[in-house]
Amino acid sequence: MNYTSFNTNEEFFVDMQRCIGCKACEMACAECETNGQDSMIHVNYIDRSSTIQTTVQVCMHCDDPVCANVCPADAISKDEFGIVHTANTERCIGCSNCVMACPFGVPKKIEEYDLMMKCTMCYDRTSVGKKPMCATVCPSGTLFYGTRAEIEEMRPNSTPVNTFVFGNEIVKTKVNIMMPKGSTELKIY
Amino acid sequence: MAKLPVSAENIIEQFGPHKNYSPKDGYEGRDEPDDVVKTHCCFCGMQCGIQLLVKSNKVVGFEPWMEFPFNEGRLCPKGVQRYLQNNHPDRLMHPLKRVEGEGFKPTSWDEAMDKTVSEIKRIQEKYGKDAFSMLSGVSLTNEKSYLVGKFARVALKTKNLDYNGRLCMVSAGAGNKKAFGLDRASNNYSDLEYAEVIIVAGANISETFPTLTHWIWKARDRGAKLIVIDPRIIPLARTADVHLDVKPGTDSALYGAMLKYLVDHDMLDHDFIDNYTSGFQETIDAVKDYTLEWAEEITGIKKEKIKEAAELWGKAKTSFLLHARGIEHHSKGVDNVLGCINLVLATGRIGRPYCGYGTITGQGNGQGGREHGHKCDQLPGNRDIENPEHRQYIANVWGIDEKDMPGKGLSAYEIIEAIHRGEIKGLLSICFNPLVSLPNSNYVREALEKLEYYVCIDFFLNETARHADIVLAGSLQEEEEGTTTSAEGRVIRIRQAVTPPGDARTDTSIILELAKRLGVEDKFTYDNSEAIFNELRVASKGGTADYNGITYKKVEDNMGIFWPCPTEDHPGTPRLWEDKKFKTPDGKAHFNPAPYKLPGEVTDAEYPVVLTTGRVVSQYLSGTQTRRIGKLVDQYPEPLLEIHPNLARQYGIQQRELIRVSTRRGEGIFPANIVETIREDTVFIPYHWSGKKSANLLTPGTLDPISKIPEFKVCACQLEPLNEIAPPSKESDAYASV
Repeated sequence: MNYTSFNTNEEFFVDMQRCIGCKACEMACAECETNGQDSMIHVNYIDRSSTIQTTVQVCMHCDDPVCANVCPADAISKDEFGIVHTANTERCIGCSNCVMACPFGVPKKIEEYDLMMKCTMCYDRTSVGKKPMCATVCPSGTLFYGTRAEIEEMRPNSTPVNTFVFGNEIVKTKVNIMMPKGSTELKIY
Repeated sequence: MAKLPVSAENIIEQFGPHKNYSPKDGYEGRDEPDDVVKTHCCFCGMQCGIQLLVKSNKVVGFEPWMEFPFNEGRLCPKGVQRYLQNNHPDRLMHPLKRVEGEGFKPTSWDEAMDKTVSEIKRIQEKYGKDAFSMLSGVSLTNEKSYLVGKFARVALKTKNLDYNGRLCMVSAGAGNKKAFGLDRASNNYSDLEYAEVIIVAGANISETFPTLTHWIWKARDRGAKLIVIDPRIIPLARTADVHLDVKPGTDSALYGAMLKYLVDHDMLDHDFIDNYTSGFQETIDAVKDYTLEWAEEITGIKKEKIKEAAELWGKAKTSFLLHARGIEHHSKGVDNVLGCINLVLATGRIGRPYCGYGTITGQGNGQGGREHGHKCDQLPGNRDIENPEHRQYIANVWGIDEKDMPGKGLSAYEIIEAIHRGEIKGLLSICFNPLVSLPNSNYVREALEKLEYYVCIDFFLNETARHADIVLAGSLQEEEEGTTTSAEGRVIRIRQAVTPPGDARTDTSIILELAKRLGVEDKFTYDNSEAIFNELRVASKGGTADYNGITYKKVEDNMGIFWPCPTEDHPGTPRLWEDKKFKTPDGKAHFNPAPYKLPGEVTDAEYPVVLTTGRVVSQYLSGTQTRRIGKLVDQYPEPLLEIHPNLARQYGIQQRELIRVSTRRGEGIFPANIVETIREDTVFIPYHWSGKKSANLLTPGTLDPISKIPEFKVCACQLEPLNEIAPPSKESDAYASV
């Protein structure tokens, strides 16, 4: 694969407050030839009975990916650009360790293939200088792929955060969540 | 004979709706397409740019079009999946004829055309020219819309032509003509970016125009305050600064009270009002008693919130007001529109950067399609069919005697009423599925069954077409060259990505062939779509919707041109009214009194609950296309009755319990979706489905007296829980519309 066009200064930003639950991202993700019409990004209602709010979950591409660390088959790898790749189909044994270990609930075991599948930040697109499909089509700007300077100029009221505190565990990620201005971390209780 | 030839189930088995899914690995050839075609989505008025991937004359996928300035690659789920309407198993590949007891059988074009022409002639000789009617639609390009208008008047020689824009933005059009003398959104959407306050009235932007959401947020990122007026907490309302949860049917009371507040607190642009408008005094006289307390009583919105909205609007230096069907689908839709325009004019915030106003046109070519003459009272260039000068000009363009040009005909729902009364005996429809999209569908069905001859041009056998005698297999948007005009007034190029499959033909060639067989070939000979467009340019010249200076090349070179564009060296007009010269007879913008009136039907002891209808993000209008695309169906498989928990409690309704909803016109059974995101006195049902799941079994045929738009957005209903929990949504076959 030609890696030379990967824009290392571009990052992924998620701003949940904008999500309108339309699922354009899911549908676009599923179009990827490697995904077999399954989406690697997931949109869900928080609690439809009380609110219209939806959340969108994409692989956060952790600096120190737990999914890779717990994989007994060494099927998950992180590359030089910080992309945590989906399971190597020849190695994955479908054990679901990664599914249980991921703090964000990202990897899914696809029973039909006995294989874990997850987002690779559209490596086939990003490695040739394009933006990931989900962030390209997102009609609300919930998903944005571009430079930190661009997002800071566009959204002066928000700050990108990529430090997540799960109890005593701190997880740093390649993907950023947009938080109120001045935020430094997101604590999950 | 417009009854079904066999059972609906039987027809559905053969012609669908069936759900189309992409193969797991995508269609063959997607990775090495023969062609990548820059065109536009076939659905809503945003007309997002999109690239279609073509292999072996089939659309096999899409790729975002990053350069098109409105959407820069952004798409909604319908746009992402739109390529699946091509290459679809339900696609009509040849003309069909109705055979009693057997269904629809393939026939030859010759036989289909002969039969159609002989029936047109028979009906018109026996009952008069106007006894044969035509219904059209604004998913058609400008070229086809223009051609249909000319065809009905010159070939069919009937006055009874109307279109499904009648269900879309006619209230806005009528209101804009009264106020400005011209019918177009005053601004393009880049004027949202630095608007200080945005009002979104009756427009579920995130579900019906999803890609416009980005532009709203662009403004909010710059500090704009957002006011959303809607009976439901729609996705955009969830984070709005002010959500005015208006009771359906009371919008004009809200705008009246806000106008009075602006007057009482002198938040007015006196210079603009004095120099550039008329009608101010009688307009504010009409609302002099509309106190906040009164408005709270009528609209159900807390007066503090109305005051907050009025204060925000009154103090802003820049602003943009957007509205859509939520305020327009009313028996006083025009009044509601005028109420909004009054708020804009009172503050003088129009015709300047970041000072905007406009309806958000619903259909793909809702803007262009409503300008060039397939509307019952209109000629190209948004001319008036009853104006002698306008008639003469168009008669000259068409090469006919003005005296032979029919006059004003009936509007869409009135055509159905005239069919029901037995006055109209024949119908040709294209791009319109009235059995799903018109109100009171039981009545519409009765009317269809009375037709002596019904011929339908469509690419799928839509629910109305099941009643046809002959179905002519027409073309998808991506199968013809042409132009549309987006909700911003931007004329853009639609590209032919593929040719019609099998024995299907382009809509244009079908209409031209019918015209030829009706004896007017000399008036209907064109080399290509561009030749039709060039005639349209001439026909629109000097009208308010002036396309004279727009050429295909200019549209292509500039990714769209905003009309009016009177000469070829004119750059087009992205923002109207910068010269403050309005198109009204006196050149001023007109205030119009918009006093509050009751809706056509109000709740009572028998029908105690307000019913309103609308859309969901994964479906489009009558669903002819989107109920055939698997993932769009699966996202929202069946219409649900949205009901507030407090109202549900009164009836003892459980989540997903089946509820019989009845009005004076019909009844339907819908699973309850108990949500806090709707007013306690109102229930909501989306309308994209047909048959027993049609919300339009319930809605009334009450029309706005000016715009003739039906009152889809408010009526009175009763609820009866059936003590039975619905099967899971994913098992629903509502898409198939039995």
